[in-house]
Amino acid sequence: MGLAAPPAPEPTGTGGSRRWLGDRIGSVEVLAALLILLIIFRDPLAGMLDDPRLQTWTTVFVSIMVQAVPFLVFGVLLSAVIAVFVPRSFWARALPRHPALAVPAASAAGVVLPGCECGSVPIAGSLIRRGVTPAAALAFLLAAPAVNPIVLTATAVAFPGNPELVLARGVASLVVAMVMGWLWLRLGRTEWIRMPRRPELEDASRGRAFWGAVRHDVTHAGGFLVLGAMAAASINVLVPERWLQRLADNAWLSILALALLAVLLSLCSEADAFVAASLSQFSLTSRLVFLVVGPMVDLKLIAMQAGVFGRRFALRFAPTTFAVAVLVAVAAGAVLL
Amino acid sequence: MNRQAQAVILLLLGGAVIRASITDLYLRYVKEGLRPFLIAAGLLLVVAAIMTLWYELRPSAARTTVPATPVPGTPDPAGGVGAAHGHTHHEPRVGWLLILPVLGLLLVAPPALGSYAVSQAGSTVSAPRESDYPPLPEGDPVQVSVLDYAARALFDRGTSIGDRRVRLTGFIATGPDGEPILARMVLSCCAADGRPVKLGLTGDVPAGLPDDSWVEVVGRYTDRLGRDPVNDAEIPYLDVESWREVPVPKQQYD
Repeated sequence: MGLAAPPAPEPTGTGGSRRWLGDRIGSVEVLAALLILLIIFRDPLAGMLDDPRLQTWTTVFVSIMVQAVPFLVFGVLLSAVIAVFVPRSFWARALPRHPALAVPAASAAGVVLPGCECGSVPIAGSLIRRGVTPAAALAFLLAAPAVNPIVLTATAVAFPGNPELVLARGVASLVVAMVMGWLWLRLGRTEWIRMPRRPELEDASRGRAFWGAVRHDVTHAGGFLVLGAMAAASINVLVPERWLQRLADNAWLSILALALLAVLLSLCSEADAFVAASLSQFSLTSRLVFLVVGPMVDLKLIAMQAGVFGRRFALRFAPTTFAVAVLVAVAAGAVLL
Repeated sequence: MNRQAQAVILLLLGGAVIRASITDLYLRYVKEGLRPFLIAAGLLLVVAAIMTLWYELRPSAARTTVPATPVPGTPDPAGGVGAAHGHTHHEPRVGWLLILPVLGLLLVAPPALGSYAVSQAGSTVSAPRESDYPPLPEGDPVQVSVLDYAARALFDRGTSIGDRRVRLTGFIATGPDGEPILARMVLSCCAADGRPVKLGLTGDVPAGLPDDSWVEVVGRYTDRLGRDPVNDAEIPYLDVESWREVPVPKQQYD
């Protein structure tokens, strides 16, 4: 976490120096100076990381980022294609006209798009920008990372003795996505979603608009991904597994504990099944809750959603999704497991 | 952070990812299978950075004339009115944080998970899909992975090992009772989900080695079992006949 310190104060510093020195010092100059300082102080920095806890933190942080970068980049590319090249009329034709029917259609579209949650946030943002009803876009956002073939295959591999868990995961995740879509239709308010103004998308040159969207989304969603990865790495290092052991014995506590753990650990949806399999002291239902909650609500997703849709949205959407996901997963566990 | 600075960050991030994936650095953090995707994503980041700089540094040309060079993927490269520049307050400040992974990959390059992670998490060996384990391959001693040995020792009670001599490679960590154990981290996706597999050692136990030293041990199955206090899982033992220190392998995870 010692690493978090240097860049954080820079943005304000940039603004300040701009005011004093006119336009002479911009972010490029600040960035160059920062990089030179980092290279000069490389050895003391590396020395700070000698503590095993800090070292493990750095390893986990870097590995979450490395794992997420391909998914982020491909998700951003797809979202830029949607934002720039797919005409608005396409969505009007592709999705059922009635919003209540568009929700299940969008959830089903999530099934065939293999991706990880980091990529689906910018895609859902683009869909809303292109006139798709928010309820359908949000259903897609929740369904896509949870029920695509790669994730379900990974679940089947991780739980060779429990094929019913794969079914329960798929069904419960789809139900949560649709319930959240319909809930949004009834209770959601459009003004909660405050999407940042994106003048570059209206650019007359499509090439400029496309690459502008890619640049913006990677720095924006990527920046929030860094926040989430830092939080997840901290949890990974700070919460000892011994604590979990005590919770596993109580049926209800274990469900809550694993639901919270899914939020805090922020695992990639393609990996969480293996971690769930390793939490073998917990009941199968509580591990199903872990698998349903994880791809829909977690620290890095909350950070990214706050960035793409606005803070007011994320503050309402994430806790509601959490509650719905826990309830649906428990019900699915009671019926199917 | 203005667009040019964003382009520099994208260039650095793409470069760092490419560098990590053409060297073996990426193997410390993710599985080998991710490599082609990492390279593709890194290249795309570099292209995005170059295209951003291209549009940024030639704004007047783009504004007045049709760009001379056609842009790939652009069906209609009409000149158009360039977006107004200098409105840096629209640009995401959170993007500054992307320096951190660049820094992590280029300057720090933290090591793969080791003995500290082993001490924090419980030993994890998942139950087999079939009840029978295939016989060990030929060779004396026969090379097996720590995970394979642990699974055969736990779920097969060593039947498929018999009294064959086995050779295992792993690193030294400190076990619950202060004795050295042989460990290996298992990844399913990235180091965030890394789980340790721990083996207790009896016989000629490697002594005097600091944690995280890599060793190759040769030994036989023993039915002794220990318990991991972290998650109450069983830890199988290996009766060591001989051991030697080895350099850190390329693939540090099982």
